[in-house]
Parts: sequence; structure tokens; C-alpha cells
Amino acid sequence: MTLDKIKESLNCRVFCGFDKLQIDINSAKASDLMSDVLRFSGPGKLLLTGLTNIQVIRTCDIAGICAVVFVRGKQPSTETIELSKKCDIAILTSDLSMFESCGILYANGIKGVTIKPKNNI
Amino acid sequence: MRDKAAFEQVFKIKGGDFINAGESSIRIRNILKDIGIDANIIRRVAIAAYEAEMNVVMYAQRGLMKVVINPEQIFLRVEDKGQGIEDIELAMRPGFSTATEEMRERGFGAGMGLPNIKRNSDHFSIRSSVGQGTKLEMIFELNGENG
Ligand SMILES: Nc1ncnc2c1ncn2[C@@H]1O[C@H](COP(=O)(O)OP(=O)(O)OP(=O)(O)O)[C@@H](O)[C@H]1O
Ligand SMILES: [Mg+2]
Repeated sequence: MTLDKIKESLNCRVFCGFDKLQIDINSAKASDLMSDVLRFSGPGKLLLTGLTNIQVIRTCDIAGICAVVFVRGKQPSTETIELSKKCDIAILTSDLSMFESCGILYANGIKGVTIKPKNNI
Repeated sequence: MRDKAAFEQVFKIKGGDFINAGESSIRIRNILKDIGIDANIIRRVAIAAYEAEMNVVMYAQRGLMKVVINPEQIFLRVEDKGQGIEDIELAMRPGFSTATEEMRERGFGAGMGLPNIKRNSDHFSIRSSVGQGTKLEMIFELNGENG
């Protein structure tokens, strides 16, 4: 599913990363815990979160996550958007709840990620 | 490994500075990218470095992160002056955290940082003394089974 399709199905507004909308997203993670996000890394991955501070973007940068959806109508600060541009990470926002957002994406074939044992990430 | 080190750099970490928190780890990640280290190894080093850096930001006054890269290994040492850890075994336990409400609001405090460091590194050691500080050392093998 492309990021563009995700944008449509969650009725998102795009804040930055318009050039990323054609990226194929193969799996997603929903979390408000940064250490948890760091266990899910690699290309083609999307994070859904209710946190909008700059640490979320830095964590995604470290984890190699290329796009973030801020759920429940949370708006990113200017600092967050600026850092996202610098890190080349797309920011989308949705008014839907975390539960609804995840449900819609799952029904559309986006898979979650099962954490594998030590060093095998 | 130190005598034939190809590259060595030290970064300063400031306690309580959430704005720049993570910068040093990102710089190390970029250095590894420039050198052309395997992407999987880069990810593991970056994650471990970032977790360690965030712990210094959250629980210490200041710290230093040193990276040494040679053809066989990447060595990371994160040393801080801070409150130290009373019970290391407890601190290593997944889910244990003393993070404040402010830190939790930023998404930290899952109690998964030290376990993440351990699982991403090939060798890991931690030493700490209460009221003085904490020292973490990590080694990532470049030619091992994970490479
Ligand atoms: N450098 C340090 N100095 C003092 N105490 C530390 C340090 N690093 C970790 N600790 C202690 O160990 C606990 C566990 O650390 P760990 O990184 O595993 O989890 P956390 O930082 O609480 O949460 P998370 O890393 O998941 O955001 C911390 O809550 C803190 O009490
Ligand atoms: Mg931590």
C-alpha cells in the first residue's frame, strides 16, 4: 500500500514529505514508547503515534522509519516539522483514533511486526 | 583493538538537553554510513548508541560517548557523571524504569533501553557507582555472524 493510499484511507493532512507519497509501506507500528519503536526498524515502515515531540522524529531517524502518522488530531510543532524535513521523514496527521487508524490499515493489508529474538532484527 | 584503530572520535552529551538529545548517535550513524559499514550493523550501533545517549540525557548531568572503529569491530563507550545505578540487575530488567512524568510524556520510560542495548550489541558491559556515574561499553563485530 503506498503512503498516498494510507493518506486517503486515514483522511490525512500531509505536513512534509510530499515526495514520499509513492513509497510502498509494507508494515506499520503503533506506539507511544520510543524504546519500543526502536525494536521495529528498517525501510518501508510506518509509525503511528500520539506523540508529536521532536524525539519521535529522532527516534524514527535512528530506526530508519520513513513516515509517521500523528493520530487523534495531534498537531506537530514547527520544530518537529523542521527536523522531519532535515531527516527526510514524512509527517501526516489524522483525526482518527489510534484504534481506528490501525484497524483501517490492517484491513487494507498492512501488517504488524513480530519482534524476533536477540540480534535478529 | 586500540593499537590499530582506524578511526576514533569522542562526543559530548549534556544532561537534561532534550532538544539536542540523540545528535551524537546520529553523527556516529552518519560516520558509519560514510565508511560504508553494513546497513544492519549501522542500525544496531545507532539504536544502542541512541538508547545510551538518551539515558545520559535523562539520568545524568553530562557524559562522553566514544566511538572507535577498526576493520574488525566498532567499539562504543558511554560514560557519564550522574546519579548512577543502585541495582544494575534490576535496571537491566525489561520494563524497569525510574523515568519521570516529563520523560514519559516524551515517549521514554518503557524500561527497554538497556535491554535494547544488550540485544543489539555483540558484547556489552555496564558499571556504575551511586552518586558518581555510569559506564557502558559495547562491541559490534564487523565480520561476525551478524555481519
Ligand atoms: N546512565 C544512567 N544513569 C543513571 N541511571 C540510569 C542510567 N541508565 C539507566 N538508568 C536507570 O536504569 C533504568 C532503566 O533504564 P532503561 O534505559 O532500560 O529504561 P528507561 O530509560 O527507564 O526507559 P526507556 O529506555 O525504555 O525509555 C532507568 O529508569 C534508570 O533508573
Ligand atoms: Mg533508557
